[in-house]
Amino acid sequence: MAVNILKDTYKSKVVEVTLGTDDKALKIGGESTLPFLHFEGEMPNKYVLVLEVFDMEQDDWPDNLKAAYADVMNDPVAWAKKCVEYGANMVALRLASVHPDNKDASPEEAAATAKAVADAINVPLLVVGCGVEEKDAAVLEKVAEALAGKNCLLGNATSENYKAITAAAMVHGHNVVSQSPLDINLAKQVNILMTEMGLPTERIVMDTLSGAVGYGIEYAYSIMERARLGTLMGDRMLSMPIIAYVGQETWKAKESKASVEEFPEWGDQVKRSILWEVVTAAALAQAGASIFVLRHPESLKQLKVHLDKLYESNAY
Amino acid sequence: MIIIGERINGMFKDIKEAVLNKDPEPIKEWAIKQEQAGAHYLDINTGPTVSKDEQPAVMEWLVTTAQSVSKLPVCIDSTNPIAIEAGLKVAKGKSMINSTTAEQAKMDIYMPMAAKYNAAIIGLAMNEKGVPKTADDRAALAMELVVNADMNGIPMTDLFIDPLALPCNVAQEHAPEVMAALRQIKMLASPAPMTTLGLSNVSQRCTNRPLINRTFMVMCMACGLDSAIVDANDDDLIDAAAAANILLNKDIYCDSYLKTFRQR
Repeated sequence: MAVNILKDTYKSKVVEVTLGTDDKALKIGGESTLPFLHFEGEMPNKYVLVLEVFDMEQDDWPDNLKAAYADVMNDPVAWAKKCVEYGANMVALRLASVHPDNKDASPEEAAATAKAVADAINVPLLVVGCGVEEKDAAVLEKVAEALAGKNCLLGNATSENYKAITAAAMVHGHNVVSQSPLDINLAKQVNILMTEMGLPTERIVMDTLSGAVGYGIEYAYSIMERARLGTLMGDRMLSMPIIAYVGQETWKAKESKASVEEFPEWGDQVKRSILWEVVTAAALAQAGASIFVLRHPESLKQLKVHLDKLYESNAY
Repeated sequence: MIIIGERINGMFKDIKEAVLNKDPEPIKEWAIKQEQAGAHYLDINTGPTVSKDEQPAVMEWLVTTAQSVSKLPVCIDSTNPIAIEAGLKVAKGKSMINSTTAEQAKMDIYMPMAAKYNAAIIGLAMNEKGVPKTADDRAALAMELVVNADMNGIPMTDLFIDPLALPCNVAQEHAPEVMAALRQIKMLASPAPMTTLGLSNVSQRCTNRPLINRTFMVMCMACGLDSAIVDANDDDLIDAAAAANILLNKDIYCDSYLKTFRQR
């Protein structure tokens, strides 16, 4: 007896978002299937691999991560160029200096840095605040203005500060990351609130937040999967492409930082730290993420090989 | 939950007059109003005053008039197969035929018609002997509908079986049988056939009809009801459907769930 290939039919798909302008532009989303099931739907746009740039030196990073950016860590523009050299499809600028506990830099200073970085690179730019919601709202307003017309991605808007960030993105032509704390109900609600302000769904990217492997990744995994299933069944308010801030989580993990002398049973730290980042990203790719924000260029290289293989059609 | 708006029906006075005077405005008004209220389908019925000969032309006019202002698909409601086919020919989107019974002669007409026009079809769990008393008898007739749909190549997701609600004041014992039948219908095939109800029937000539309608709808949804022909402008009823969809984990919860239900 012949085997019938079981193909699910879905009535909807992930929204398509464009980042950057002209020949720099990247398209993401558009998937009409579960991840990598090319035989029952389309994955028309490729993954996006992002490397992070900080606007101030990162002292507490492990040596193998610092080494990758050794001569550029005090110069965000040079750092960003290095990321592009390493093969990043997009650069994420983290405005750590605006944090009140760091330099408490002003929104204007941050905007000037963002402008300098954006002008120096030929890939789209993601600008992320410091995580203090009130400060980020003020900072991202200025950043949006300075980068007007560049169609950047601004992050992260939460249920507390989405209004200012959404308004700025609409005025100056940017996209927004809507972030929610591992809560699909809140994720949907923030998206609704942002679209109710008039921001089209095609301008929103979702961050459901995720832990690294071993630190609660399964919560994020199931939420992303639920969002994709909801999307395919027609839930428009969960149908935005998903971004995963992988590097920020994995490089916090002890497994990425601890030396082999400290934990002989874990093996070599250099190999381990890269694997921690790659495996976390690979898992989230299976759950539906399509933008991966990484830190180490070696992780990017390895993940690219893996994802290229998965993006090959397996249609029957 | 698929909401089929019942209002464009010649049994209602304003629609009856609109049909008599060829006045498109009330038809358009109700098409828009029902769509805005959250309906997914517009039921279209010429009403009893239109003669059999005129029915096809009136149906065609009603369908095109309604769809000139609404993007909703139509549920073509008639006992006259010629009128139904006339509606199907001009209708846009995924139409629904309302309805066939489990009577073989009728299934032989309507099932091929549904297949030909790639339409969904409502099958009433009754035959020439009338409405069955028990859930088991309803399920037996539902099985006839399943078999005939399958023979005509109609996917189960396009077959909407109606286990027939009767007024709860004069046929009170039927309501629990309908609910039991719904559970059984969902086990007749895999994927399961869809289910529907002419909901307003349950409260004919009763006091506080909206309360009975929405209570019964929620109870039936818990038993596997996928759609219902209802008053789409009964806000409390639509709210109840939205809440039940959340409690059945069919829609993902968010604080604006009443609004998102209406926007789909």
